Amino acid sequence: MDRNSNTYTFLYAAIMVIVVAAVLASVSLALKPAQKKNVEIEKKQNILASVNIESTAETAEAIYADKVVDEYLVNTKGEKVDGNAFTTDLKKERAKSFEEMVLPVFVCKTDEGTKYVLPVYGAGLWGPIWGYVSVSDDMNTIFGANFDHEGETPGLGAEISTTGFEVQFKGKQIFDEAGKMVSVTVAKAGQVAPEAHKVDAISGGTITSKGLEKMLLDDFAGYEAFLNKNKN
Amino acid sequence: MSEPLFSKKNLKLLSDPLNDSNPITVQVLGICSALAVTAQLKPAIVMTISVMAVLALANVIVSMLRNTIPNRIRIIVQLVVIAALVILVDQVLRAYVYDVSKQLSVFVGLIITNCILMGRLEAFALGNRPWQSFLDGIGNAAGYGFILIVVGFFREILGSGSLLGYKIIPDSWYIVNGGFYENNGLMVLSPMALIVVGVIIWVQRSRNTKLIED
Repeated sequence: MDRNSNTYTFLYAAIMVIVVAAVLASVSLALKPAQKKNVEIEKKQNILASVNIESTAETAEAIYADKVVDEYLVNTKGEKVDGNAFTTDLKKERAKSFEEMVLPVFVCKTDEGTKYVLPVYGAGLWGPIWGYVSVSDDMNTIFGANFDHEGETPGLGAEISTTGFEVQFKGKQIFDEAGKMVSVTVAKAGQVAPEAHKVDAISGGTITSKGLEKMLLDDFAGYEAFLNKNKN
Repeated sequence: MSEPLFSKKNLKLLSDPLNDSNPITVQVLGICSALAVTAQLKPAIVMTISVMAVLALANVIVSMLRNTIPNRIRIIVQLVVIAALVILVDQVLRAYVYDVSKQLSVFVGLIITNCILMGRLEAFALGNRPWQSFLDGIGNAAGYGFILIVVGFFREILGSGSLLGYKIIPDSWYIVNGGFYENNGLMVLSPMALIVVGVIIWVQRSRNTKLIED
């Protein structure tokens, strides 16, 4: 067949596209379970990290099964609702109205008592940021935090996922003495905020820092009723 | 094939790109990625390995298809082959070495835009047999990767005082700790990669007079 004819060119292109699509689709299908598993393990590692338990990709599942004793969904009135907490997509929930939102809670038994892990999700400078914040059973004091991001600037905004930034959250309080929800301020040098509700922002990462502050304020608001209800 | 697999001519395909026809310093191809991934040594090494895998395979595939590819859409065919291979590499990394893939996903995607790949497919694989094309792919990726690694080495050690993330320059040497040393901030910025590549070209041409034009 003439290699320069239109028919040959069209046929060649069509067959090539079908073959390549079939190969890519089947590889994607074949590898999907392994990839999904990796994402799940990473999520478990992050949840464990928020209650200050170190784990590796190999040990995460066993430790998670041992430490995380309960997981459930709550609505913004603080009532438990049906559903799978682990697979709940926070991004979708955030898009709903405040009344319709359901939020996951993970209950962890640690050496220092029962901790409640609250996932948070918000916007940084370049893309989404998210994380897990654990509170002690007074439903007020933060026990640990773990943050991650999609594409914040390396060396600047991306520093939110470093331990140096995350450890600052330990011991901070979500409610003030009057019981009002004040969340945690991510403060620049010179900014005045009560010590119990303040962590240092990242130099050069102002928009990411502000995004993180807003994420905590917005998302704790969703959990406010749940926290108040379960206060000891 | 009457010719031995590693005949002198075939070995030249491997060794030439390391010096006389180096893709970066002589053909000046693939400069864009040489700037982007060489601020540290580790991404430079992983980029080298990924480019080697993709270029060698793409060369072989295009070489096997070379007598069937319609001339008018040959560039599109080459691009489809490259893009499909890069997606495969990305998917495999994501399934089996998740933490590496998280650090590198952007760089892996960048391979598609690397001009060396198109350059070698168009200039070599379309006119040569698969085995020769395979050697040419390995050779060119090695020549490219060699420069990447040299540039990454100097940029990381002079710009961050470390290699592969390990500290090389002791903390006590730094001025902030009462020492005498300071990292060169320019080294971590892309323009410095061009300057380092320029120096490499200078050294290479002063040693290899064949390359000097009148």
